[in-house]
Amino acid sequence: MQLLEVRDLEKKFGGLKAISDLNFSVTERIIFSVIGPNGAGKTTLFNLLTNIYKPSGGSIRFLGREITSLPPYKIAKMGITRTFQNLQVFLNMTALENVMVGCHLHSSSGLIAAALRLPSVTREEKKVREMARQALEFCNLQDIAHMPASALPYGTLKRLEIARALAAKPRLLLMDEPAAGLNDTETMELCNLISRICESGITIILVEHNMSLVMEISHHVLVLNYGELLAQGSPYEIQHNSEVIAAYLGED
Amino acid sequence: MDQLLQFLISGLTVGSIYALVALGFSIIYNASDVVNFAQGEFVMIGAMSAIFLLKDGMPYPAAVFCAIAITVLVGLALDKFAIEPAKNATVVTTIIITIGASIFLRGAALLIWGKEIYGLPPFSGDKPIVIGNATILPQNIWVMVGTGAAVLAVKYFFDKTLMGKAIMACSYNKKAAFLVGINVKQMLLVSYGLSAALGAAAGVLVAPITFMSYNSGVMLGLKGFCAAILGGMGSSMGAVAGGLLLGIIETIGAGFISSGYKDAIAFFVILVVLFIRPSGILGKAESDRV
Amino acid sequence: MKAMVGYCLFALSTIVPAILFPDNYYVTVVGVTICTNIVLAVSLNLLMGYAGQISLGHAAFFGLGAYSSAVLTVKYGIEPWIAMIAGAFMVAVISYILSRPILKLKGHYLAMATLGLGIIVHIFFVQADQLTGGPDGMSGLPVLTIFGIPIDNDIKWYWTFAIFMLLSVLFSLNIARSRSGRALAAVHGSEIAAQMLGVDTAKVKSHIFVFSAVLACITGSLFAHQQDFVSPESFGFFFSIELVTMVVLGGLGSTYGAVVGAIILSLLPELLIVFEDFEVLIFGAILMTIMIFLPQGLFVAMEQAFHNFMNRREQGAANATS
Repeated sequence: MQLLEVRDLEKKFGGLKAISDLNFSVTERIIFSVIGPNGAGKTTLFNLLTNIYKPSGGSIRFLGREITSLPPYKIAKMGITRTFQNLQVFLNMTALENVMVGCHLHSSSGLIAAALRLPSVTREEKKVREMARQALEFCNLQDIAHMPASALPYGTLKRLEIARALAAKPRLLLMDEPAAGLNDTETMELCNLISRICESGITIILVEHNMSLVMEISHHVLVLNYGELLAQGSPYEIQHNSEVIAAYLGED
Repeated sequence: MDQLLQFLISGLTVGSIYALVALGFSIIYNASDVVNFAQGEFVMIGAMSAIFLLKDGMPYPAAVFCAIAITVLVGLALDKFAIEPAKNATVVTTIIITIGASIFLRGAALLIWGKEIYGLPPFSGDKPIVIGNATILPQNIWVMVGTGAAVLAVKYFFDKTLMGKAIMACSYNKKAAFLVGINVKQMLLVSYGLSAALGAAAGVLVAPITFMSYNSGVMLGLKGFCAAILGGMGSSMGAVAGGLLLGIIETIGAGFISSGYKDAIAFFVILVVLFIRPSGILGKAESDRV
Repeated sequence: MKAMVGYCLFALSTIVPAILFPDNYYVTVVGVTICTNIVLAVSLNLLMGYAGQISLGHAAFFGLGAYSSAVLTVKYGIEPWIAMIAGAFMVAVISYILSRPILKLKGHYLAMATLGLGIIVHIFFVQADQLTGGPDGMSGLPVLTIFGIPIDNDIKWYWTFAIFMLLSVLFSLNIARSRSGRALAAVHGSEIAAQMLGVDTAKVKSHIFVFSAVLACITGSLFAHQQDFVSPESFGFFFSIELVTMVVLGGLGSTYGAVVGAIILSLLPELLIVFEDFEVLIFGAILMTIMIFLPQGLFVAMEQAFHNFMNRREQGAANATS
């Protein structure tokens, strides 16, 4: 069974079609990249997959279940989470606390129990703290666990967002331009991190402008142009697809 | 039917005042993203200054002019000493700063003018004009005409003058406005001055109809805020429409339900509108961008 | 651990004066006012500081609690405890129903809606005089009995309020470092990111709105019994603003910030009373000055300064040894 199936997806803003007739599916445990020139609709696609935007038409199925009209938090519950192009780190918390929010779905204590600090809450806190630590370590962030997020540099925040998403233990992770704004060393580290995430069993959909990164780590590449599917296939096929080359050269 | 006409007359009168206050709100909101909770104090200061200048023997038109000038100075001072120093303040902080300013101004008014209530004599007699079975006071006409003139002047200022356009540019994008050479600080100052002038005008127009005291500004300010929200925060003509609408709804509601609940009706309407259309009648919906 | 030490010190500072000076005006009168304001500020901070949802109508819930107790006990002769619980239940239902549509709003629209709610409730207190006694208010509440002890003198009231206040502060501190507290902070930080991590933001906001309202409501019930008098004046727009001021003055999002803000705003009138007519003016000036120069709040600013000082000392020590 496919992990994610997108059928006839469409999104209009006013009269403008941002996404039209999009069909694709994603198999499990791969790195699936979505590329395309600026304004091709990549971020819009992510916002549709997480239902931050309501699709104008079509359907999205995850693990065989229709998720097209589920609210974002329920989509997260199904096992999809994401990182953001413009960071959405909780700047009012420490790094560790950020990642602990990621564990929200894997804990359950409520407001009243928390106010009374019942023993179950203390136990759960311990468990959540440990889970968050592991996620931080996975992203090599253990040293800054107790730093306020607002004091961290940009590159670190990008990794923190990934750690936070991993703490949610998703089946599918959507990453929106994780390499944007990173220097070469940081990009190398990121490349390595993404591969390790995939190896740990999480499927990744990656939107990225850094072509060498995309071509190096992706198993499958989908090219969007003006909201339409231009081509898809292995990195090798895409690199040698004349239409894709034309679209990119035309752009530049 | 006649009763309805009567309600409409008083509704439009109060509504005009709300419209002016709301217009002041939206000018400052556009220019600086600040909801100025001291807006009602401008109304009070305008009215009280006029009352006392007149008492001291100044001719009526001069007293009105000076009262507006005094209020403008207060508005400029508010921007210079309270808003400008608080750069990068959050929504909540600016709300508290302007609430602080409003308390401060009320405190000052209390010291200068005491706790008593005062009124202004009408601009031109108090002989009611009869229309069918309804009556209209000359001052009602003054209020409506005065408001109309002020609104047109503001519209002309923003649509036609260079300075008005510069202020609009600041409201769309402060950084871009700065980059094309607009003195953003000065434009803010002008907005506060203009907004204060509108408040003072409202105060002078309404003082012959309702009594004024050092704390009359509070409710007028809140109603103006209501009207601005009703019209959609930041839309100038929306604010005017919101003000007139609020005045009419309130008067009719008070007439048919209970005058004691008059103020509650206005806020109830606002709640219902916000629940149905969270961005006001004429406002645009805001959405998060990711 | 460090958090518990801080809390114990705070608890001691409320207990010791009451043991040493049980008859002092500042304990029995000002102390009760301070405790009342602390609970209200702390409950408002849960909503405003933690979840980032402004409310300019918090006094309404305080008032509903006070009036539920007053009306039910005086007019209908219902037992104080049952009246108190009935009030809390009513406020829970009302605030739950209102929470969804209200908390969908953001920024100034939310400010307007909560302000409107506060004013409507206040006008109701004034106008429904058959029930509430109108502008004159009502008195003659029966004595409240807690575990068989009638609360019938000033010092007993102080203890009641102090214990209730200490519990509320503890609740608030506990919530901050819990799953719920983090979910609230996440809503404050980025609602979209919170949702993508599985936080049902509408539910989280709604729950804290109800919790905060009920806490204010119970405070209102106690206040009504303690004062043996309720009138609309105590629950108006200005009191809502004062509560917001307490929270912001001390430092939005910090429980002890709300405590400090409440203490300052409770003491200020006592101090300013010597200025007579200048009181209002000075109050406004202080409010503006602090917000302009210390927008993060007094307590939080002090905390930061202390941290910086300690860090510099550590660095100094490290430099000296190397």
